[in-house]
Amino acid sequence: MYSLPIVAEAMLNGLLTGAVYALIALGLTLVYGVLHIINFAHGAFLTCAMFAVWLANTFLGLDPYLAILPLTLIFFAIGYAVQRFVIGPASHGDDGNILLITLGLSIVIENALLAGFRSDTRSLMTDYSFNVFEVGPLLISQARLFGFLGAVVVTGLLWLLLAATDTGKAIRAVAKEKLGARLVGINVSHVFAVTFGIGCATLAIAACLLMPTFYVNPRVGGAFVLVAFTIVVLGGMGSITGALIGGLFIGVVESLCGLFLGESLGQIGIFIIFILVLLFRPTGLFGARA
Amino acid sequence: MTRRGYLPILLVLAVLALLPFAVTSNVVLNFVVFVLIITLAAQGWNLLGGVGGQSSFGHAAFFGTGAYVSAILQVRFGINAWVATAVAVAAGAAVGWIIGFLSFRAGLRGSYFALVTLAFAEVLRILANAAGFTGGAAGLLMKLDVGFWNMQFTSRAAFLWLALGFVAVGLIVSQMIANSRFGAQLVAVRENEEAARALGVDVLSVKLKAITVSAALTAVAGCLYLQYFLYIDANIAYGLWISVEALLAPMVGGRGLVLGPIIGAFTLHGLGEASKLLAGRVPGIDLAAYGAVLILVVAFAPGGVLGLLRKLRFRSQPVAKTAEETA
Amino acid sequence: MTLFMKPVSRRGALKGGIAAAAAIAAPSVLRAAEPPAVKVGILQPVTGALAMDGEFGRTGAELAIADINAAGGIKALGGAKIEMVFGDARSNPEAGVQEVERMQSEGVAAIVGGFASPICLAATQAAARYDLPYIVDVGVSDQIIQRGLKNTFRFAPGFAICTQAAIQNLVRINEAAGKPAKTIALVHEDGLFGSGLAKLMQTELPKHGFEIAETIAIPTPSRDLSNVALRLRSLNPDLVIPSTYYGETVLLARTMQQQRVRPKAVYAVLNGAASNMRFVKEFPEAAENIMDVNHWQDPRNPKNAELQKRVVDAGKQWNYNTPLNYSCVMLLADAIERAGSADRAKLIDSIAASTYDKHLMPYGPTKFVGGQNQGAAPVSTQVQKATIRVVYPEAFSDAKPIFPVRG
Repeated sequence: MYSLPIVAEAMLNGLLTGAVYALIALGLTLVYGVLHIINFAHGAFLTCAMFAVWLANTFLGLDPYLAILPLTLIFFAIGYAVQRFVIGPASHGDDGNILLITLGLSIVIENALLAGFRSDTRSLMTDYSFNVFEVGPLLISQARLFGFLGAVVVTGLLWLLLAATDTGKAIRAVAKEKLGARLVGINVSHVFAVTFGIGCATLAIAACLLMPTFYVNPRVGGAFVLVAFTIVVLGGMGSITGALIGGLFIGVVESLCGLFLGESLGQIGIFIIFILVLLFRPTGLFGARA
Repeated sequence: MTRRGYLPILLVLAVLALLPFAVTSNVVLNFVVFVLIITLAAQGWNLLGGVGGQSSFGHAAFFGTGAYVSAILQVRFGINAWVATAVAVAAGAAVGWIIGFLSFRAGLRGSYFALVTLAFAEVLRILANAAGFTGGAAGLLMKLDVGFWNMQFTSRAAFLWLALGFVAVGLIVSQMIANSRFGAQLVAVRENEEAARALGVDVLSVKLKAITVSAALTAVAGCLYLQYFLYIDANIAYGLWISVEALLAPMVGGRGLVLGPIIGAFTLHGLGEASKLLAGRVPGIDLAAYGAVLILVVAFAPGGVLGLLRKLRFRSQPVAKTAEETA
Repeated sequence: MTLFMKPVSRRGALKGGIAAAAAIAAPSVLRAAEPPAVKVGILQPVTGALAMDGEFGRTGAELAIADINAAGGIKALGGAKIEMVFGDARSNPEAGVQEVERMQSEGVAAIVGGFASPICLAATQAAARYDLPYIVDVGVSDQIIQRGLKNTFRFAPGFAICTQAAIQNLVRINEAAGKPAKTIALVHEDGLFGSGLAKLMQTELPKHGFEIAETIAIPTPSRDLSNVALRLRSLNPDLVIPSTYYGETVLLARTMQQQRVRPKAVYAVLNGAASNMRFVKEFPEAAENIMDVNHWQDPRNPKNAELQKRVVDAGKQWNYNTPLNYSCVMLLADAIERAGSADRAKLIDSIAASTYDKHLMPYGPTKFVGGQNQGAAPVSTQVQKATIRVVYPEAFSDAKPIFPVRG
């Protein structure tokens, strides 16, 4: 069928793509783990961030990698504000309402982007977009390797943040026991907003790492959201390391299914694995808690 | 006791049935027909997700199965449209039972159940797009052949009555369930599964019954879509859009309430049409406004449109019959 | 609504916005008896997944209407102006049908547009209930004109014509270069248009001595095409034939360049990007020498350059759908002129008998048989020195093909 080097390279491709999936899933899983909401607007926020990278590059000449710092801060602020002033007050704490609101938000964002930027597909041209590292017979895209490393680093940082800082402890406390956290004096709606802000900030990083090799149009985020959902479940909802491993795993599964079944039919692989895992191990492949 | 709740249903049905006599504009009739199709899908969702508390993101699986089975029977085997619809609804119900059996037996609830239904719908979409007998990516086009036996009508009004007939069945079934022992068990499962089990409710069988009826209703919507537009492909039949339509309408109208789906569907699509007035030279503005209104509706009417009405009514009549809350 | 392939909500209308603009643009002194305007429905998906293409088409239709009105309207109707009734199909068939109903209620004489096949299938059928003439702009599915709907006309070529032309042009270009290409890899999007084309080419190309090394279906949107590049690199086909949408073509071209996949030529068919100026401008390196068989304007017709300049000056994008929709509206105006009436039955007869040849496409005089314009054909284009040139057939070409690109 396919020779070993090809299969190996496909797996490598899967790992590189999977890392970016993981980064996108990180925000989703964090928000799920703490706020227990399925954030339908996640993809729309990603699109937003990708447009921000494009804008920064086109009009300010800012390199996507240099844009990471300012955009992370900006998107943290946006996420914080959206949760604190829109989702929180409008949802009245009801899960069904949150779902409707994030859905509404995604409609607003996507169409506002359409109105502002029109429907064109845009992409960036950087000096290193086509650069590769040659490793034996393999050609590894520099930009995608950076994406991989970036995802691993961000996962590590996020894990540290949750494990070792006061903010992290507060977030974990709220995730475990909302009422108890409130009783010991934690400002729950502030923690919710911080969590949502962090979720958006990781999307900004993902956008910066994606843009050197990808494109953006007002609907592009949707392409990543379904995959991110599956990763969140596979990794165990709320688990940071689970999201990374789940992302890499899904990347490889997708890549190999694409190779053997064709890219089109190959998408089925992700969903079948997803269904099987849910049916037989509903806490996720690597998740500790349900 | 058993008659409770039928009066508002009759009223809504009567208004819609008389509509073609008052309004001849096909713009309105076409709009109503489409909203009724959505209503049917949403009624299916509401039974499982609203009354039973098992929110699904994958009702496209049932909608699509209904549409595809009916289309394949008619196009490939030349089977009569009414017979094909009946078989297709049964097939939709069967798919519902299978998905329910697999996921409920595995104990999936909440977001897990939602996401597994989504995954099932996606698998079916990808398969329908790749397989030969479904027409693959080219989809299935039905022959335009107007006639009662082909379930195709020249007048929009005739189709409206047909769709309304099915919606009426959906409403009556929903109300019967709401009034029945089964309905009470379903609500018990929604409120507290463990408690329901402790009281001797066979939780698995109650959920399975619910998902089967739910899937059948949504499959009817798929069949009607096919008969009305005469064309389906994988993204239409198994696309995420219908899963979301089916879930949005009851959420906006009033989750778990018999009239929730129909009120919600008309509210949402009415808003959609109204937003067109804002449409200008720049595409997207109107849909952005639509999304913003959706957020505002949720912010100010968290219990759905019916919840809001009820709140207003209770405000004027301070003595409330809380027993009604459950249905 | 990012998450969904198909937008969930319907969207709509631009009520006479353009007609109003046109009225201001042509401030003729109000005469006592201004003849009533002829309303024409323009249906395009300007929101949702197909928004980019819908916008191209709308631009063309708007320009045509402006030009007709500036030139004195429909003379047979005493200089009646054309009034546009715009409808947004929101990239889904249901919204298309709803807009057709609205156009019908506003009393349009005919409808032009649709773009995507599913929208065209549903919209033409809805219009057929009212014997409302409908000119399809792009919609390549041949089912559109095979249902015997008397109101439905397609000015542009469909699948069968396009694949035939693609294969013919390829065979001739290859023979003229001494048959350097033998093995072929097909990369196609998995929807109606890509899968349909791939199926036809799989059966047709081997008859002309080509060998299909691989057929790869890719989903839209695709997140990563590294594996496709990987397979192409290992198979090393002489020719890669991509029939994919814009985003995926960009991704494929970039990935191929990065992974150093260098076939003798890239010969696209009905590709979303290979004959799109934005692609050429943004990726001159990746785009250079890519060939495409696609709808394209007649480069020898000077009106195209002039129209293109107007579009670009207005800050808009130019693509093949722009002159195509311009031509469709012009053809319709000509039919109204000859019918001397906006009456639907007369208009249908008049369109059916059209021999209109002042359009911008390389089709020659119009001749509808069973609703399909017989002269319609795609052309072969090639990106040469960052411009899109027509390289085949000779009658319309403005450059010679560079083939093979690499020996």
